[in-house]
Amino acid sequence: MRQWRSIAREAVAQVSIVVKFLSFLHVTDSYLFSFTHVLGPSMLPTLNINGDVVLVEHLSHRIGKVGAGDLVLVRSPLDPRKTLTKRILAVEGDKVTFCLDPPRDPTRDYRSRSLVVPKGHVWIQGDNWYASTDSRHFGPVPYGLIQGKVFLRVWPPNSFGSLGQ
Amino acid sequence: MGTPSVLWSIAKKSFTVGLVTVTVSDRFASIVPVRGASMSPTFNPKTNTSLGSLSDDYVLVEKFCLRNYKFSHGDVIVFCSPNDHKEKHVKRIVGLPGDWVGTRYDVVKIPEGHCWVEGDSSSSSKDSRSFGPVPLGLVNGRATHILWPPHRVGSIDRKVAQNRVSSS
Repeated sequence: MRQWRSIAREAVAQVSIVVKFLSFLHVTDSYLFSFTHVLGPSMLPTLNINGDVVLVEHLSHRIGKVGAGDLVLVRSPLDPRKTLTKRILAVEGDKVTFCLDPPRDPTRDYRSRSLVVPKGHVWIQGDNWYASTDSRHFGPVPYGLIQGKVFLRVWPPNSFGSLGQ
Repeated sequence: MGTPSVLWSIAKKSFTVGLVTVTVSDRFASIVPVRGASMSPTFNPKTNTSLGSLSDDYVLVEKFCLRNYKFSHGDVIVFCSPNDHKEKHVKRIVGLPGDWVGTRYDVVKIPEGHCWVEGDSSSSSKDSRSFGPVPLGLVNGRATHILWPPHRVGSIDRKVAQNRVSSS
């Protein structure tokens, strides 16, 4: 009987160490910093098409300090399981003028449209306008979909450095 | 000699408890107070108005639905308001992506990745009829049980509006 009690006590101690470690990982990953692998052509030439590993911080968007010119991770409004990496071009109240993909047929007109970004929303666009699905297609996105701000690229090592405006 | 180490161990314990609580409430379930009467009579039914915040309902919100974002008609969800990311609302899902929902003036098709939410009490509810379809990425969790007040403890039923939604 005494052995079971000591075994049980040791098991509880080990489990509690694991639980504490996992909680620490989760809080750091969601509220402080995390590493993310981003890939795709929509942010050329800022980010590579084959994939970069970037350091993302999750503090600024919670206190509302994310603004125009920032590279952010955004949950896609078309599929909540996907996360997009785009740049914020305009915040609420700003007027945005945009045209969709420039036509391949040069005799057709550009379709240019303007709108004012509504309250609580932001306008996101990829740096590579030709290969990016962004606010020009699905409209301004609510600020609540922003997951974090990208501020440092850590891989590949020859392009280690901060990513800014 | 005694007091600083006692304070330090109390600080360490509360830090650990805080971390574990935050993790559990982000990944498993959390308890959320419901304010306002937009979901009456399911939450906060208006029986008397003199008790104030003592009579707010507390509901259990589960976060397992955020793995796959698979919701059903009639689920009650907690989501961040599209107009102000600091506010959270509790409403019922009336339409899922691909559905056509009838409002007072026209019929709206819910785009991919969005849902249509409405409060149970149509007269006093600010919901998709004013701010449009809500992206599913804003959802924080699904309310499954009422935990307070004790005489209304129980699971939350799914109520489906039969005549307003046509699914594809």
